[in-house]
Formats: sequence, C-alpha cells, structure tokens
Amino acid sequence: MLLADEVATYHPVLNDNPYQPHMARIVRIYKMVENNHLFTLRFMEDHLAHTFRHHPGQFIMLSVPGAGEMPISISSSPSRPEVLELCVRRVGRVTDALYRMRTNDVVGVRGPYGNGYPMQEIMGNDLLLAAGGLGMAPLRSLLWYALDHRDKFNNITLMYGAKRPEDMLFREELLALVDRTDINCLLTVDADPSQTWRNHVGLLPTLFDHAKIDPARTFAAVCGPPVVYRFILQRLLDLGFPKNRILMSLERRMKCGVGKCGHCSIGYKYTCLQGPIFTYWDALNLPEMI
Amino acid sequence: MKILKLPKEKLDLFASVVQQFGELHAPVEQDGKYVFKRLTRWPDARLEYDRTILPPKKYFLPPRETLFRYRPGEGFVPHIEGLDQRIILFGVHACDVYAINILDRVFAGKYKDPYYQARRKNIAIIGIDCTPDKQCFCRSMRADFVDHGFDLFFYDTGDYYQALVGTALGDDMVLATGSLFEPVDTANIDDYKQRSRNKRRAFQLDVEIRDLPEIFEMEYESELWDELGRQCLSCGSCSMVCPTCYCYDVTDDVELGTRAGKRTRSWDSCLFANHALVASGENFRGPRASRIKFRFYHKQRGFVAEYGRPSCVGCGRCISACPVHIDVVQVIERLRSVEDVARR
Repeated sequence: MLLADEVATYHPVLNDNPYQPHMARIVRIYKMVENNHLFTLRFMEDHLAHTFRHHPGQFIMLSVPGAGEMPISISSSPSRPEVLELCVRRVGRVTDALYRMRTNDVVGVRGPYGNGYPMQEIMGNDLLLAAGGLGMAPLRSLLWYALDHRDKFNNITLMYGAKRPEDMLFREELLALVDRTDINCLLTVDADPSQTWRNHVGLLPTLFDHAKIDPARTFAAVCGPPVVYRFILQRLLDLGFPKNRILMSLERRMKCGVGKCGHCSIGYKYTCLQGPIFTYWDALNLPEMI
Repeated sequence: MKILKLPKEKLDLFASVVQQFGELHAPVEQDGKYVFKRLTRWPDARLEYDRTILPPKKYFLPPRETLFRYRPGEGFVPHIEGLDQRIILFGVHACDVYAINILDRVFAGKYKDPYYQARRKNIAIIGIDCTPDKQCFCRSMRADFVDHGFDLFFYDTGDYYQALVGTALGDDMVLATGSLFEPVDTANIDDYKQRSRNKRRAFQLDVEIRDLPEIFEMEYESELWDELGRQCLSCGSCSMVCPTCYCYDVTDDVELGTRAGKRTRSWDSCLFANHALVASGENFRGPRASRIKFRFYHKQRGFVAEYGRPSCVGCGRCISACPVHIDVVQVIERLRSVEDVARR
C-alpha cells in the first residue's frame, strides 16, 4: 500500500526499478590471497541491512561507480546477516576499479538474484561440497549455512583444492574446520614448495580416497574452473550419482541479472533466472553449458 | 471487439484530430526506404510502405538510453526524462505489433522493466494491414494478424478502412472525431473476408515452424552452422533491424573532471565477439559459427521453450539487412531438407 503523498510522486522508474543499485559501504577489505580479496559490505540504509536475505548460491549485481556493474556471488551465509561478504578476483576493468577502493568507500548493490541451491531438497541428505580455486566463493555460503543449521543435514564433506597453500581462499577458517568432528573437511594443494602444508597434497580428485560418500543419499555441489568440472563430474558419475543430485554453479557475462539483457543465455535458460545453480542433467541438455 | 469503418477520404481529418492524443509518428520515405519518424505534415506519411529499416522497437527500447545518473553522495538517480512523452505510432504492420507483444512478455515478468513499461504506456499504436512482398513470411510465423497490442487497427478494404478498436484509448480517439467512423454492415464484413483471402494468396514464402525446435535439436551439430560462420561478418545488422531482438549492453561513463557519471544501455547483438565473454577471458560462444547458431537457436528453439512461440515474426528485415545474404527462410529450409542429413 502506498500512502497518499507517495501516490502523487509514484513513478515505476523511480519507485519500482529492478535496476536500482542501493548504496553500500565497504566495511572491510581482507586480503585473503593476492588479487583475491574478501570485501565486506553493509547497506547504507539500515532497513536494507536488516532485511536483505538471500539463499546460498545466489548472486548480486555490484556497481563500482564510474566503472560499471558486474555479477558477484555471495560468499557469506544468510544465517549470518547484516553484512554481505564478496570474494572478488581482480580480473577485469570493474574489479580493477573495485581494488582501487578503500574501506568506507561506497558501492552499489542490487539483488539477490538467481535460484540458489535447492536447500529444501538438500536438507535431510548428506552434502558433498567440491571446489577448486575460486569455486570456493559461492560454496562458502552453502558451507556456513549448512554448519549453522547442522541438525538439518546428515554427513557433510568439503573437498577443496588450490594450487599452493598460499593460494587457498578462506584458508584460516577452513583449516579451523579440519579438526571439527561434524564435518569432513579435506583440503589439498597441487604442490607445496614451502613444505609447510600439513594437509593433503595432490589433485582435487585424490580427496575421494579420504571421503565416505553414499551417492544415493548425497547432494554434490561442485564449483570451479572447467578442469574441476571435468574431473569431479566424471568421478561423481563413476560413483553412481544421479545426474539431478549434482549441482553446479555457473559463471556467465551479465548486464542485468534479471533476465532481460540476453548475455547469460544458455540454450533456452537464463543463468541469472534459472541459474546460476544448474544440475548436471540440465548441463547435458543445454548446449555450451560448461 | 468494437469494429467500425472510416471512409478513406476522411483519413486526413482523423489524422489531424488524433494529434490531440500525442505526437504523430508514421513511416516516411528516406532515400528510397522507409523509416518511422515524427510527421511534420500528414501528406509525408506513407501508409502503403513495405517495411521500415528499423522496427518500432526503437520507440520502446531506444538504441541508447540513460538509465541512471550517478553523483557521489547521491548514488544512482533514475533518469526519467522523455519517458512520459505521448506519441502515436501511425501505420504499424501486424508483424511489428506482434513483435511488440513479444517484447511485452520479455520486459514483464518478475522483474518488470519500468523504462520499457513507461514508454509502452505512453505510446499509442494505430496498426494498418499490408500486402506481403517477396520477403514476408509473417503468415508462417503466425504473425500476419494480431488481436491485441494496438489501440486501433485499420484494414484497407477498398473505399474505406475497417477499424478494430483495441483499447479504451483507441475508443477515445474514435469518439474525439465525432461522427467520422460509421458502423459496419454485412457487405463490409464480406469485403474484409475477401481482403483476408487475397492477402493469404499473396504470400510467396512459406516456412513450416511446427516441430522446428526438434529439428534444431537434431541438427545442432550440422555443418551448416560452420558454413554460416564462415559467411557471417558478425556485423549485428540482423539484430539491430530485428523487431524482437532485445539484447542490450550497459556501460558507465564518467563526466570528465568529476566523479559523477551516467549509466547507459544500448542495443547489443549475440553475434558480437564479446557477447558471452567473461572477465577471466573465457568465451562461451567464441567461434563465429557458434554465435550465429546461437542466434537462430535462441529465436526458433530457445524462445519456444521459454515463451511458447518463436521470437521471429517473419518481417523479412534481416533478409534485407544482411550484407552477405544470409536468409533465415533458406536456413530453415536447409535444416529441414533431407539431403543435408544424408550427406553427413
């Protein structure tokens, strides 16, 4: 319901604009890994900070004033509201501009967008999270959501691989999970030249040797560069995973995030609306999926 | 639906009266072709045109438009200038009205595009029927007639126009003219039926679109796509002239010497090399063949799954615009032909 004085000034472009970015302050910049910083944002408007809710796996459109707008997956869990954490790799023009910003600078946020992980379906099952490199960014939201609602899930396994120990995102918090008994946290690096790494060394798929996985009662959430999909998907299929229990988070060029601009279209689905979480069955039926 | 008739000699009078509802735009001749343009005088209107270079989508989704202005401290302020301008588009063909109806569905949904919606609300459409030429295949695309999306629609039935009143605004236009419009009688209806029959017979192109999505799935690996990829210049002309292509790009520009700027959107094309390129350098549709395949695939297969019909209305503009003569009708015929399948 609009109040009388609001009716007079109502204009859909002013009052009901899905492209409207809301200003948010950078409250913290944490340099996890060179050029892979974690940005913590808080909406300038208090009511937005209090009411913004997302599902694990959803993304936002982030505006860096003067540079542009880009889709960024939300790395924080909805179970830890008030702020948004975004793991952003410095790869292009807009991320470059973001990296020039300082704490207390202001950016624009709209969203959340996308389907997110099907939490209602996953609950009550085992959960396997498999990530390589930057793939941990969207999976971290799911990880903490599951750990914060631990009673809703059976066994939880995390497999995460990075090139070297110093390349591992969220390293400290993930290392702290290794000793926990309510999650099987498996961390591996391809190589450890510094000889300081106390966890696994080897490619990501070797972690399957240390995990007990029952495909019939597990949902697998996979995210990473194409090489990760190639090896992990094959391994999951060999284990006998049904194709609709393998969940993938996809990256696409996006200009709107709301199913209009056309860039993220894959076959007849929009990554921004029907994705970014797709099942492997979707992937088989859509061209150019990975 | 209210159906009336307007004697042809009274069209001029109607055109002058109707201008009280908005600025009058119609097809006018420009270098031997036609464009929708603001009329400076009614006699410039060419209602018997074949097709305009750009479709009427330019009114609803302008080639470039400012979405926001940005100022430090103020954030992104929506740009609403021009959105409330009242325009009457006079002489829109059925296929183009159909295309606007398709755009309506894209720009509606859970996230309504308020810029498009505002323009759609403020731009009236007076449609006019036409005689198909050698590039028209709107009948195959089920877009040779429209039953909604216009305020008034005129059928040329000899000495008079038969007018379909589509909206309350259309009705107001009719009422504003006093007694220019007359009721139709049985003979007029027969005139219309005859006109409809003649139009159907005038089509020279025919494309079968039933089960086309399935054929597209089966021919996904066809060598035809590589052939088209070698031919296509990726100029994007087909997207620009297409009445249903809606892809757009968004860019931010900073005003020199300040930290203020604006956010603009502009027409884009899936044929451009960077359409599916992400910042990491990965391009999901890098090769030209995969881009042109995507364009056909999205219109004739993907859109059907999403909205229940192809996003093509058979207006024939892409056939005229393509500098290397890629012809959508021929492409569909090639995909349907049995020889191609056997040759592989």
